[in-house]
Amino acid sequence: MKKSVLLGALAVAGLAAGSAGAATLDDVKSNGVLKCGVTTGLVGFAAPNASGEWEGFDVAVCRAVAAAVLGDGNAVEFVPTTGKTRFTALSSGEIDLLARNTTWTFSRDVDLGFTFVGVNYYDGQGFMVRKDLGVASATELDGATVCIQTGTTTELNLADYFRSNNISYEPVPIETNAEAQQQYLAGACDVYTTDASGLAATRAAFEDADAHMLLPEIISKEPLGPLVRHGDDQWGDIVRWTLNALITAEELGVTSANIEQMAGGTDNPEINRLLGTEGELGAMLGLDAEWARRALAVSGNYGEIFAANIGEGTPIALARGLNAQWTQGGLIYSPPFR
Amino acid sequence: MSDQHTPAAVAYVRTETLPELPPPASEAGLVKWLRENLFSSIPNSILTILSLWAIYVILSGVIPWITNGIWDASNIRECRELLNGASGGCFAVIAERWPQLVFGIAYPQDAYWRPSLAFVLLLVAVAPVLFSNLPRMLLAVTLVYPFLAYWLLWGGSIFIPITAFGGAAIGYMVYTRLVAQSFAMGLLGGVVAALLAWWVFGFITDNTRGVLALEAVASRDMGGFMLNMILGTVCVSLSLPIGIVLALGRQSDMLIIKWICVVFIEFIRGVPLITLLFVASVVLAYFFPPGTTQDLILRVIIMITLFSSAYIAEVIRGGLAALPRGQYEAGDSLGLDYAQAMRLIILPQALKISIPGIVNVAVGLFKDTTLVSVISMFDLVGMIRGPILASTDWSGVYWELWGFAALLFFIVCYSISQYSQWLERKLATDHR
Repeated sequence: MKKSVLLGALAVAGLAAGSAGAATLDDVKSNGVLKCGVTTGLVGFAAPNASGEWEGFDVAVCRAVAAAVLGDGNAVEFVPTTGKTRFTALSSGEIDLLARNTTWTFSRDVDLGFTFVGVNYYDGQGFMVRKDLGVASATELDGATVCIQTGTTTELNLADYFRSNNISYEPVPIETNAEAQQQYLAGACDVYTTDASGLAATRAAFEDADAHMLLPEIISKEPLGPLVRHGDDQWGDIVRWTLNALITAEELGVTSANIEQMAGGTDNPEINRLLGTEGELGAMLGLDAEWARRALAVSGNYGEIFAANIGEGTPIALARGLNAQWTQGGLIYSPPFR
Repeated sequence: MSDQHTPAAVAYVRTETLPELPPPASEAGLVKWLRENLFSSIPNSILTILSLWAIYVILSGVIPWITNGIWDASNIRECRELLNGASGGCFAVIAERWPQLVFGIAYPQDAYWRPSLAFVLLLVAVAPVLFSNLPRMLLAVTLVYPFLAYWLLWGGSIFIPITAFGGAAIGYMVYTRLVAQSFAMGLLGGVVAALLAWWVFGFITDNTRGVLALEAVASRDMGGFMLNMILGTVCVSLSLPIGIVLALGRQSDMLIIKWICVVFIEFIRGVPLITLLFVASVVLAYFFPPGTTQDLILRVIIMITLFSSAYIAEVIRGGLAALPRGQYEAGDSLGLDYAQAMRLIILPQALKISIPGIVNVAVGLFKDTTLVSVISMFDLVGMIRGPILASTDWSGVYWELWGFAALLFFIVCYSISQYSQWLERKLATDHR
């Protein structure tokens, strides 16, 4: 009896949350603000600056969607979430969009009831060691002590990798990236393993960054991307195609510098369709014709966002690698605007 | 003098007093103190030398680190360049980010005077409560303070706190009228009158939204040490009365009340605070209708208050149990009813005994407010762990930030504990 009541209450709550998702676009428009879930702070991906404005690679996605829908890249309410609270925040309707370096996995997509709209960063688990350790490959790490964040997929990946290569290791469990940084520098472990982007950011913060190196092995696939709730395909389409617009713009050479000029009309029909001077793509999404133009005007195309937040010109200095355009040998690929 | 000791002098009788000699060098002043306290035996001497060495090592590291500190730089790389390999702290992070550490990231910058003023007024408001020799007129500030502080921190129309205060005042007036008949009736009448008044005033505040309004600040925008102070102050002051009621309820002869209190206290004490916070932030969101404004701070305040009131109830129960049975009987024999006996005889003594325990819970609670960083609220610890250590500029600065946080908490907690020791001496709670 009691159990059924509880289940009933949960079902009602679930239905209510589901119905909230049914018209996310209308909700966002009537609120006049996009509620976007981000991390509580990850170097280069999302963090507030000294004047309290959020900046970063994931933040740029939020701002682009807000600009496309509401016409203002600052009409975003950033909701900081932890790894533990992020999914409930999204499914309970507290946020409209989660852009929080979240790995696209089967169970999150299918079982938790979310729709991943694409990938904005292809990451993978890597290793960092001191150069004077004299190790050139992860396969030489037999008997090493490894700093690893507990309760993450990286822990499982590590166990799998070392077992399949038949080498032994001693894990040093730690809680946060900041703690790992200190432990690794204090010599509590020979190796620190987490996502390669995180390793690069951590290494960039070291006083003697040159004394440390990332090993060439990447032992897992971590496609990170924004996600929305199941059940509101129109809203999912808006976020998906905003992300695709950023990617396509880079491929077609549309930048924040030349967008005004190109919006006057070009010889390339796909650019014209993207920027709304030809065709009716915006109306199909339920937006006006200039949605993509506004999204691009906030912080530029995908390449510009990458370069400004985590690219080689920044202290984090991540190379494009897998995240180069498909024409440059990377995996970043958008379906055509047609 | 030496001639007195020659055989020619009288052997056994001395006719004049010897002049006073200073005590031997080893039995006076600094040397004696050192000998007795630091070098009284070989193991102690070894320990002393080891301790001196340890103090030297620590100070020789810390003092240059502080004096060489860089206060003016825009990021950690610039700090390191300026230091050029020398040991020194990068205090520039505190210089640049201190408004965020104190007020959080989103509190409007031109409104920083509001929480600052609220903090100063807090000191004025608690002073007459803490020190009984101050003029009693100051208690008026204490009464108005909660409403004033709400208005200063959250902003909005001044009519909201004014009507809230008015409702409370009307409730109190009704209470004083009815309390002569019986305490329970006075309490009930007061609560009903206050609720009625608030309901009526609700119509007024709806129409006076813009009047004398400060810029409204959402709860989500509260952060930094200000958030710790808000949570600590509100939760301690709310949990004290609730804790007293629970402690009395647990001792009650009325079975249902007794068991409600017992179950509540034991349940709360059996659950970690962090679990309650997760319930507040994650689970409750499913049960609110979507789109309703869910005030996270309010939910967190409720949970922390419940938590600490259970602990305070147990502390006060200890105080009640320590009172001799004769005190209860004295109350009865004077013909006092339950409420009077409690208010006039039992509680003043029981609370006096409980002061150290209550202060202990209050200090612990104040430090526990940093746990809200786990549910992604940006309190002082959350600010450091999240935004500041994750900014490209300051990733890698630890000691300076955590030292600053520790300093702030130490100042508050040490003041509380010093106050409680002063109060204990004043009240002399041991029955000597």
